Amino acid sequence: MNLLSSLRVALIALRVNALRSALAMLGVIIGVASVIVLVSISEGTKRAVEEQIASFGANLLIIRPGSSMFGGRRGGAGTADPLTDGDVQAIRNEIAGLAGVSGEVSSASTVVFGGVNWSTRIQGVNPDYFSARGWTIADGRAFSGAEETSGRRYALVGQTIITELFDGADPLGQSIRIGGQPFEVIGTLARKGETSWGQDQDDVIFAPLNTVRQRFGAGIQVTRRDAVQTVYADIAPGESTSRVIADIQDLLRIRREIAPGAEDDFNVGSLAEFIRARNETESQLGLLLAVGAGIVLLVGGIGIMNIMLVSVTERTREIGLRLAVGAKRRDVRNQFLIESIVLCLIGGLAGLVAGVGGTLVYAEVGQLEIVIDPMIVGIAIGASAMVGVFFGLYPAHRASRLDPIEALRFE
Amino acid sequence: MSGLIECRDLVKTYTMGDQTVRALDGVSLDIAPGDYVAIMGASGSGKSTLMNLMGALDRPTSGSLRIAGEELAGLDADRLAAFRNRTIGFVFQQFNLLPRTSALENAALPLVYAGVAPAERRQRALARLEQVGLGERTDHHPSQLSGGQQQRVAIARALVNDPKILLADEPTGALDSQTSDDIMGIFDTLNREGITIILVTHEQEVADHARRQIVFRDGQILEDRS
Repeated sequence: MNLLSSLRVALIALRVNALRSALAMLGVIIGVASVIVLVSISEGTKRAVEEQIASFGANLLIIRPGSSMFGGRRGGAGTADPLTDGDVQAIRNEIAGLAGVSGEVSSASTVVFGGVNWSTRIQGVNPDYFSARGWTIADGRAFSGAEETSGRRYALVGQTIITELFDGADPLGQSIRIGGQPFEVIGTLARKGETSWGQDQDDVIFAPLNTVRQRFGAGIQVTRRDAVQTVYADIAPGESTSRVIADIQDLLRIRREIAPGAEDDFNVGSLAEFIRARNETESQLGLLLAVGAGIVLLVGGIGIMNIMLVSVTERTREIGLRLAVGAKRRDVRNQFLIESIVLCLIGGLAGLVAGVGGTLVYAEVGQLEIVIDPMIVGIAIGASAMVGVFFGLYPAHRASRLDPIEALRFE
Repeated sequence: MSGLIECRDLVKTYTMGDQTVRALDGVSLDIAPGDYVAIMGASGSGKSTLMNLMGALDRPTSGSLRIAGEELAGLDADRLAAFRNRTIGFVFQQFNLLPRTSALENAALPLVYAGVAPAERRQRALARLEQVGLGERTDHHPSQLSGGQQQRVAIARALVNDPKILLADEPTGALDSQTSDDIMGIFDTLNREGITIILVTHEQEVADHARRQIVFRDGQILEDRS
């Protein structure tokens, strides 16, 4: 008996008991639909996380001073001695596998252009900063290392500044006043958008680190003339994050004269790892949901097995007749197996439609990012076919082991 | 020996609880090609057991059973199925047609398992349905046919694979006397055309259509008259 005739027989058998077939499928439909909703949402979350990481700089390390000790009393974060230009230099020169290193100091200030003023963040950085943090120069240029060291009053502005201060006009070459001092705009930055916690990343002005430290020293609250608040180190592609972290820790312990066995008074953290770690919890939740979907599929499969067993019993005489006129055991087994698979596949396709629909509704209502991957078609077909085979095998086997004489006599 | 069916010391025992029942107790019997045989006997006489063995639906406990030159005693289930498919045509008392399946598809069913292509299946089933006088209603389902018409479909199905032997188990048992006569008329014609027919029946009237009558009692042949 070939596949096509088996398929026809299966479809006829299922149509005869259309309602029963539909009810039997329900478990598979719900199971497949929930798997698809799950996959789409977790893929969406994963993409959102990766986008977030990319917008920070994919392989970025953040180095900050830690807490200080005053005779057994620990200060808060950042109370230890600040990091310095010297540390930035040392990390840049001595640590292998870094694409760029930059210090950062930050100050809040008022910016004035023409008759307009705007309060924003002024960040003093080294030229490496832009590539390390994933900023693109949209227009103009960044400042050079020499311009940074000599304290030139150059500024690069974010897109929000262009909108608020320049009313969308071209700011290049314009002179703006930051905290009462004139700066020349030499570049603009491409839009980055909001962070996941709603901070506008484009509401920012960058200037050479030394300039910001000299001109706005009071606003920065640093204890040394060469201090930086944060050091960013961009790990080159293919380098081991943990190795680079360890190297930096070793270097800074020596530079900061920390006794062996004493705790670090600084932190080296990976933002990407922090974000990924935060999403670990979410993926554990996803795992739980996946187990739930698996259970629904399992229950659906048991429903399929049940209905197939009923079908085999009901059609005992038919099986007897088929055996009498020459069906081999495998013909009978395949007939019922195909029926079970067809039942599950129809359920799987219905589940696919329901799952995609559910995902779209979820995205609309929850305002969440989703990814509807073409792969889910494969998941739907694969999962339902597997359920069909697994739970159809026993009833089909039972049908194929029937004795033709007994089966023909069955009432 | 040139019998189409050759039985030698056939024994079939069943175990029921702790009791062993000898349903067939050393039966030896030859049936020649083209013969028309009625097997009779009360229920429990062993006639159905012999029928099941000759139909290759079951295997003997001991003894030898050769049909069309092939020894059936040692064949496994799938080989028996293949043997039935090409050698035996069955007609049952309860017709055993597939519900919600057309007369044509019912008649063609053995060809499905013989691996015959759909176009040829259709053609051969149509020819057999015409042969039994049912050329008109080939797309009707069994529920739309009378008992006599259903049994005609069943006979067409039994014939569709050009079997050597037609085995009919109480073929008129579910039919009224007029329809019974029509069906027996079909069997008579088929036998005249050369096919070997074995009827299992308890009705003398039906058995009288056969040339040879074998009566069973207690698993043995009581009488064998031609």
